[in-house]
Amino acid sequence: MTQRQKAHIEFTLNGEPAEVAFAPHKTLLEVLREDLNLTGTKHGCELGECGTCAVLVDGRSVLSCLMLGLEAEGRRVETVEGMATDAGLHPLQETFADTGAAQCGYCTPGFLLVAKELLAQNASPTREEIKEALSGNLCRCTGYIKIYEAVELAAARMRGEEAELPRESVYGYE
Amino acid sequence: MKTNGRNNGGVKSNEGEAKSNGGAEPGGRAARKGVDFKADDFRVVGKPFRKVDARSKCVGATKFADDISLPRMLYCKILRSHVPHALIKSVDTSKAEALPGVLACITGKDLPVPYGILPVSQDEHPLCLDKVRFIGDPVAAVAAIDEDVAFEAMNLIEVEYEPLATVASIEEAVEVSEPRIHDYGDGGNIHKNVHLEFGDMDEGFREADVVREDIFFYEGNTHLPMEQHAAVAHYDADEKLTLWSSTQTPHYVHRALAKTLRMPAAHIRVIATPNGGGFGGKSDPFNHEVVVSELSRRTRRPVKVTLTREEVFYCHRGRHPVLMKSRIGVKRDGSITALDFQSFLDGGAYGSYGVASTFYTGALQTVTYEVPRYRFRGLRAFTNKAPCGPKRGHGTPQPRFALEVQLDKVAEELGLDPAELRLKHLVKPNTVTANYLRVGSIGLRECIEKVVEGSDWKNKYRKLPEGRGFGLACSSYICGAGLPIYWNSMPHSGVQLRLDRQGGVCVQCGSTDIGQGSDSVLAYVVAEVLGIDPFDIRVVTADTDLTPVDLGSYSSRVTLMTGNAAIQAAERARELLSSAVAEKLNVPSENLSFAERRVFDVENPEVGVTFAEAVVLAESKYGTIGTVGSYVPPRSPGRFKGAGVGPSPAYSYSAAVAEVDVDIETGIVSVPRVWVAHDIGRSINPMLVMGQVEGSIYMGLGEALMEEMVYRENRNVVHKFPSLLEYKSPTTLEMCDVITYLVEDADPNGPFGAKEVGQGPLLPVMPAIANAVYDAVGVRVDEVPITPEKVLAALRAKRQGKDPRFGPRAVPEVEWPEPLKVLTPAEGGDGKEMPRVAVHS
Repeated sequence: MTQRQKAHIEFTLNGEPAEVAFAPHKTLLEVLREDLNLTGTKHGCELGECGTCAVLVDGRSVLSCLMLGLEAEGRRVETVEGMATDAGLHPLQETFADTGAAQCGYCTPGFLLVAKELLAQNASPTREEIKEALSGNLCRCTGYIKIYEAVELAAARMRGEEAELPRESVYGYE
Repeated sequence: MKTNGRNNGGVKSNEGEAKSNGGAEPGGRAARKGVDFKADDFRVVGKPFRKVDARSKCVGATKFADDISLPRMLYCKILRSHVPHALIKSVDTSKAEALPGVLACITGKDLPVPYGILPVSQDEHPLCLDKVRFIGDPVAAVAAIDEDVAFEAMNLIEVEYEPLATVASIEEAVEVSEPRIHDYGDGGNIHKNVHLEFGDMDEGFREADVVREDIFFYEGNTHLPMEQHAAVAHYDADEKLTLWSSTQTPHYVHRALAKTLRMPAAHIRVIATPNGGGFGGKSDPFNHEVVVSELSRRTRRPVKVTLTREEVFYCHRGRHPVLMKSRIGVKRDGSITALDFQSFLDGGAYGSYGVASTFYTGALQTVTYEVPRYRFRGLRAFTNKAPCGPKRGHGTPQPRFALEVQLDKVAEELGLDPAELRLKHLVKPNTVTANYLRVGSIGLRECIEKVVEGSDWKNKYRKLPEGRGFGLACSSYICGAGLPIYWNSMPHSGVQLRLDRQGGVCVQCGSTDIGQGSDSVLAYVVAEVLGIDPFDIRVVTADTDLTPVDLGSYSSRVTLMTGNAAIQAAERARELLSSAVAEKLNVPSENLSFAERRVFDVENPEVGVTFAEAVVLAESKYGTIGTVGSYVPPRSPGRFKGAGVGPSPAYSYSAAVAEVDVDIETGIVSVPRVWVAHDIGRSINPMLVMGQVEGSIYMGLGEALMEEMVYRENRNVVHKFPSLLEYKSPTTLEMCDVITYLVEDADPNGPFGAKEVGQGPLLPVMPAIANAVYDAVGVRVDEVPITPEKVLAALRAKRQGKDPRFGPRAVPEVEWPEPLKVLTPAEGGDGKEMPRVAVHS
């Protein structure tokens, strides 16, 4: 067996200082899942094709399967596990859960983080802007519609509005 | 009313009325007697509760198979064939075994017992024994201390192949009988060859005013679940095996493990982890599940395998490519007099569900419009490609595409509106079709009316400018297969309910949540019957040690079958509680109502006990409170060989109108909007139903326009693009708007009247889009996916004055077996095969 030297980095993970040692060729995805046991970040291809492994690095969405763990040194990394706070779930997590935007839930963490990035930049995105922002994330269950609705609902609530899903989104049209 | 997404977890938000009338009476018993309950009478059913596991999925806490990590776990890699068809001359694992960090290497000889999902197709080996049949077939496997070492070791395994000629298509399989891919089947490389005839076909076509013959092709495509298959096996010190796997069918995996590992099933526990998408792609027992189990047995350590995305493409079991020829006889009013349908399936390298798939391509043509006489001939070929199997809609999207496009052509030929044509000839409720399928409720009329009205069909169809078009199609799907995969007379679904003295309720069922919300359905149904909150209930599913058997998440069976089993278990618990509470309160038990976490006298609502007190009273009277429920589908009237595929306790119905824009310059078809109406029987949870409908439209859109499983045509039979990027699927930018209508025609066989929704709404999408393309630009693309080059080719043909069509022009000439003839019910048939004519000597 070849001798390997572990790399060692320090960074901010979900708002807390973290350090981790890992084989230097590992991607951020692998470091998060295998060395930090944060399995909320998923993988669908490990080739940068599906968006499933998206995390936020310094507030910007990044495909963690295409970024080396080494590159996270000194950066601010946020995963789905860091979205909820003492105050409860992030509004996006709440609306994704309550509207059925998470069916199998496997692509959900990636969508949540990319949506969070969107709402940080644009508090009132249009449906078209939401589609554009989420176009790098694949979901096979929902047809994306409940995801758009969840993002819109969360955006409205984050703006302080009392918002609910339209009736036809839940019961269909009359 | 607007839904309250924020608070809908609580009873109070659930329109909180402290109802004390009979409306709180759960519908289970009565629903099975066919009483139509008003949705308003339910407290849980019909309400948009969030799923019981929704929040875990949104905080990253749900443990999928690859999220499992056990101490001292080893990693497995599987060496797969890089040649499509060859004899294995030798496999040398010595170099791999010598690599430090490798703990075990196995080959086909170590697991010689074959398996397969269907008893008639036990044609797979966990690792190929003497030959490989497609690129991706597993040959050898290693277990090592980490993934990198396992990968390195896998590449050190040396395999010597003796190449064989390949079979790459249906046509080749029909022509080339040697070498055979398998040494079983209906001769040469024909896996299955069937011929069924219901009624006097000659008479049927004689009655017709118009006879059309059309040929269609439906390209194969794959499920593409976001989660790759993964499994962890642990053979422990007590010589018991536990397998965690991303599977839709833990019960069948359990059986396959016992067989291939030659171990008592009682020593094996299979736990299906939450599936990160299934769509049928995780319904077979898989070689990697057996392989990690064997590696764990050898090493006595946990072993994990996670397939790469490329390997998922090789697992496949997706939509069969099907070539079809449909001959239809119709009268001037559009009524069908006879339908003669042929299908040719490219099965790929193994049997999988293929025999069932073959019959499914001929089963459900009769349950939407009246087809008085019907003939079906189906052939499944073995080819050296990734094995096909069940994908959402299993065997029905292909013939449905053919039939609905053909009806569009019929309507045009007869000068009829396609919607009117369909509406006039719908199958009547509570009838038996020519091929002996018993149709109960059918809400298709209302479905068609909804989409026609909602889309403004009458002002759009044939009235839009060049390049824009509207198309309509309908469909139907089973709510669970009427027969189990292996012959037995046991229940298809079992539920066990445990009530504890603190008032806790635990529902245990073998069903597997693949994202559709089946765990939640169990909680909703039990909560409705017991008058408690669905979030009070703990749901334990898909664990062969803890849960009674449910056959699995396939054939749209789960809500209907587990729902009915859960109602039965809950009603039995309710009876125990009722009798104990009645005694305590001195109230007749039939006067007791269960609602708002209380058991009370309907005539005097303040006289009552809490649900938890009711459990204590019952436990004091009867001892530990546990009940069971089970479900067996009704017997089907068909008695002929082949009658096992198609029967179902109920059929769902859908209608869709698609709007398309066709760019004449590029041939690109875009779909701005689809109107869809689905006859759900009764929504157990409308929000989840909506999600299934929207997801079905999405997947149908992908199949219609872009998704295809294609291979290089150079006899190497290599998959062209086993990757998520190159295998095109719709992103947010391609997805259409969906206008959904839910039609609730409660079915007496459904739990609270519910029917399926996971698969049915996908089926009308492809033909509706194809018909809309014709409406837009006047060319027929008689195959899917409808890619730009096909549209352009058809437009070119149109400009040149040729047949304005793209599609197959012929089907192979085949010697079909003698038909199995069955008189139709209308002809006085009894569902049995007619005696073959005796030859007098």
